[in-house]
Amino acid sequence: MPEYATKIREIAKRVLEDGKVDVVIGYKKGSIPMVNEPVLIRDPNKVENLIWDSHCALNLCNYLTGRKDRIGIIANGCNSRNIVTHIVENQIKREQLYIIGVPCTGMIDHRAVTRAVNDREILTVEESEDRFTVKGKDFEETFEKKDFLQTNCAVCLHPNPVVYDEMVGEKVEVPEGVSPFKDVEEIEKMDVQERWSFFAELVSPCIRCYACRNACPLCYCPTCFVDESDPQWVGKSIDPTDTMTFHFLRAYHCAGRCTDCGACERACPVGIPVRHFTKKLNKDALELFSWEAGLSLDQRPPLDVYRVDDYNDFVE
Amino acid sequence: MVTKIFTKGEWVSALKGARGDYRIFIPVKHKDFHAFELLSDETQPDFEYQNTRLSPKSLIYPQSERMFEYSLDEKDEEAHILKETPKDYTPQAVVGIRPCDAHALQLVNVNFDNPQYRDPLWVKRLESTTLIGLGCNEPCSTCFCTSVGGGPFSEKGLDVLLHDLEDVFLAKPITQKGEAFLEQLGQGKGADDTLLEKAETMARSSLERFTSTVDTGKLKDKEVTELFEAPFWEEVAFACINCGTCTYLCPTCWCFDIQDEVLGKEGDRIRNWDACMFPLFTLHGSGHNPRDEKVQRVRQRFMHKLKYYVDRYNNGVACVGCGRCVQFCPVNIDIRHVCELMNAF
Repeated sequence: MPEYATKIREIAKRVLEDGKVDVVIGYKKGSIPMVNEPVLIRDPNKVENLIWDSHCALNLCNYLTGRKDRIGIIANGCNSRNIVTHIVENQIKREQLYIIGVPCTGMIDHRAVTRAVNDREILTVEESEDRFTVKGKDFEETFEKKDFLQTNCAVCLHPNPVVYDEMVGEKVEVPEGVSPFKDVEEIEKMDVQERWSFFAELVSPCIRCYACRNACPLCYCPTCFVDESDPQWVGKSIDPTDTMTFHFLRAYHCAGRCTDCGACERACPVGIPVRHFTKKLNKDALELFSWEAGLSLDQRPPLDVYRVDDYNDFVE
Repeated sequence: MVTKIFTKGEWVSALKGARGDYRIFIPVKHKDFHAFELLSDETQPDFEYQNTRLSPKSLIYPQSERMFEYSLDEKDEEAHILKETPKDYTPQAVVGIRPCDAHALQLVNVNFDNPQYRDPLWVKRLESTTLIGLGCNEPCSTCFCTSVGGGPFSEKGLDVLLHDLEDVFLAKPITQKGEAFLEQLGQGKGADDTLLEKAETMARSSLERFTSTVDTGKLKDKEVTELFEAPFWEEVAFACINCGTCTYLCPTCWCFDIQDEVLGKEGDRIRNWDACMFPLFTLHGSGHNPRDEKVQRVRQRFMHKLKYYVDRYNNGVACVGCGRCVQFCPVNIDIRHVCELMNAF
């Protein structure tokens, strides 16, 4: 993966120097292990800050919304699918972008790693090939990356960018035999009461910080429904009804649009698996409309098309 | 005041015994992180913890608190009259609070209890609270309390300071309130010189193990308008997603919003935490928003903690170096870095 970083820097420098783009958006190494910081580079001499490793988990597409300039952006599979969604939803123009494609082998679930070392503080992480080594004050452990992938990465079927102007390496093989919706199926089996309790329990630690919403590239509404104040739609307290309302509505706003990039879960400071909601809707979109978000620039998302020959009666 | 020694088993059983006199809150682990919970027969305290994910400020200043209730029923003689919601101000003790978080309550106190304003909810609850601190033998790499007026064994804001001496707890009363708490516990014996010395040695050794420092010394002399216009804010703010993680996890963030909620003819007036990261925080009734842009909100957070507070209260920075925002910011915006930028500007 260090070779990807080298290539990213090389491309970023070139497109900035050639004036092909005004800025490049990528990741720089974080000040603590396993968290990187999204960064905007204007100066070709500062491309050295750009990196790529298994901790580039926050979706960079977030930073495209509303930009008027020409942008170079680093994109793996899910980031590129969100870029497609952004283009299809008229949030950015394809011509504004120079997409530096990165074939992705998945991101490491930093929480799972912390659990594996019994919550001891990790001070450094080093990756090589398929393994990574974490070190703390009085321990050192090496793990296989495949055992510590973020749960969305573990079931990812689109690791390669779907649109790009240039790739930093050979495309990776698309895994076979992955069934992405096992956890959703488990929830579907529950009866109504059981499912309600499951969801209530799931969101009970929520502190309404909206990190899940704000980490999501789909959440670009000028004013989110929870921020409407005239009239106010949702209560501001941590009353479970309001918290549930927020989570359900947020998920439904993502129906047919979510790429399962995992940024929401990654951002949650209290570790709520909020993807349980969006994944169900992804499954519905697939089963009802054979649709996976962000794969094509030429197709409208299922929830914003009207077709006279729609097979459902309600259209008539 | 007598410093006491408790074996660890004795300490927990003494706490359980004191439940008649205090509501006792202790650190408990749930899934991936610790939170303060009411000590019951079922809860198991974990004093080996690093720190709680959320700061314990909610025990004094809850995220949502019902202040008043009222009736909108015109047949009710007392319709439209705000009545204070009954609250529990019986004594509570927060046992195992880290010195940084106790220090934070002291910093926040100048906002809620000063000659100009006295917030009754805050004041009464803080008065009813006894803070039993647990000194830190093992600072994290993100801890920088020693740079911001605290320390791993700082007594600021505490009533009792506990030293974890491996087999035993050494409990040092700091205030009358703390002494009363230890008396109430009953058990324990007087600490001998060997253990007192051990406590000091361990505290010194902890200090030596701090790896993170921040310079704040020049902040006070900076011109506020110059810092406000500093060129680095755009860069600092770029990655920010404007969520409330930093403010809601922070032990010194105190901002709130007051809302009325009505169901049928019953109404409640509720105070909720709010965050300067949210656009709604500053949205005026007119529709104008003086902090409409992300960069303005990010600047506000850091300027408030590291400049406005410093200037207004002459009480240091409004940060205790607990490192929560550093650890849990989803995009790695590091207050240590921002503080250095401001201090060096």
